[in-house]
Amino acid sequence: MLLRLNPSSGIPLYLQLIEQVKHAIEMGALRPGEQLPAIRKIAEDLVMNPNTVARAYRELEQAGIVEIKHGTGAFVSQSATGPTKILRRAQAVAQTAIERLASLGLTEEEIRRLVENELALLRVAKVKEPAHG
Amino acid sequence: MANPVIEALGLRKSFHGRPALDGLDLHVSAGSIFGFLGRNGAGKTTTIKLLMGLLKSDSGSVRIFGQPIDTSRKAIEIRRRIGFVTEDKELYPYMTVEQLVRFTRPFFPTWRDDLERRYRQMFDLPPHRKIPDLSKGMRSKLMLLLAISHGAELLILDEPTDGLDPVAIEEILRELVALAAQEGATIFFSSHQLAEVEQIADRVTIIDRGRPIVDGLLDDLKARYQRLHIVLQEELRDPVQWLDGAVHIRQEGRTVSILASRNATALMEQALSLPGSRVELCPVTLKEIFLAHVRGN
Repeated sequence: MLLRLNPSSGIPLYLQLIEQVKHAIEMGALRPGEQLPAIRKIAEDLVMNPNTVARAYRELEQAGIVEIKHGTGAFVSQSATGPTKILRRAQAVAQTAIERLASLGLTEEEIRRLVENELALLRVAKVKEPAHG
Repeated sequence: MANPVIEALGLRKSFHGRPALDGLDLHVSAGSIFGFLGRNGAGKTTTIKLLMGLLKSDSGSVRIFGQPIDTSRKAIEIRRRIGFVTEDKELYPYMTVEQLVRFTRPFFPTWRDDLERRYRQMFDLPPHRKIPDLSKGMRSKLMLLLAISHGAELLILDEPTDGLDPVAIEEILRELVALAAQEGATIFFSSHQLAEVEQIADRVTIIDRGRPIVDGLLDDLKARYQRLHIVLQEELRDPVQWLDGAVHIRQEGRTVSILASRNATALMEQALSLPGSRVELCPVTLKEIFLAHVRGN
């Protein structure tokens, strides 16, 4: 169900996994109420650290995308399909933005780099600086 | 840190007056997969020998499962809970694979027949071949089989995938992950294969010339380290006093490349304040972090 992550991409693995799960939910590969694979299974199938998988699951729970029932496992929360309304709006925003950038003469690669840059800034802004630097 | 399985403080060790380790702290918690990195000669094998109790440090302390590593009875009991794979994969030269497994088994009351069978099948080691006739890769596999089969709670591995092909490496990585996930084993391993460390470790320490220079959760390091790629309209006449966090700066004509270990947002703002500059932020691999810190310091 889940694709192999890229450990060398520079993006933390737990973030990649979170994105994968969100994407699986958006695509309908995971439905509300459906159980996610056990942390152990994901760790072994994707050959990644079980603590990293656990961290991704915790953050998905904090974001309300997943519910963790102790002793049973992790389940896609009922409200998780809410995002499709947001997604449709988001798609409209993205479409307008890209059309405007393209009409300015930017190539696909230039647009992609602009977006990656903004995302990187967002990501960096979220990082808590360690106390001892 | 709750449940530190390995706790080393201020380790120092010199050989013939030359310091091999110059103040190393290690905190490895239960269930962690800990990657220990460094160039050849940086002090990795010395550290592992200290953890194994084969060497005594000049100063500093090592505790494993909360007990000091020495020759006391407690220390011997602790060694039973640890599985080792050493750098040169040395094993008794006069035994066959089969003989060595049968010889080792009775030393460990916690021997796991199920794990032994699983790995004998997976590693496909010829049972009647003598140890010196095994390839390096096979010796690595055999040593790993022995370390895992005795039911160790902690594995200390020095280059465990040395000499193995990509398929075998992936098998080993998957088994290490399964051990951590299913048996709650703690794994401390050194490796030159940064990609494999990146794949399965949750925490890493990089040492260089006997000292730790990078330490932390891999996820946090990946988030903190960023590469800034800056293109200026004109070459800089006066050198810029870059803010804290710029680990490696390379300037070539109108482009400046900065590897930041932290403070990327502030550095980005600083870069954007330069006239006519365009700045890109790129994520950084463990290899880049490693090379930036240990090359030509």
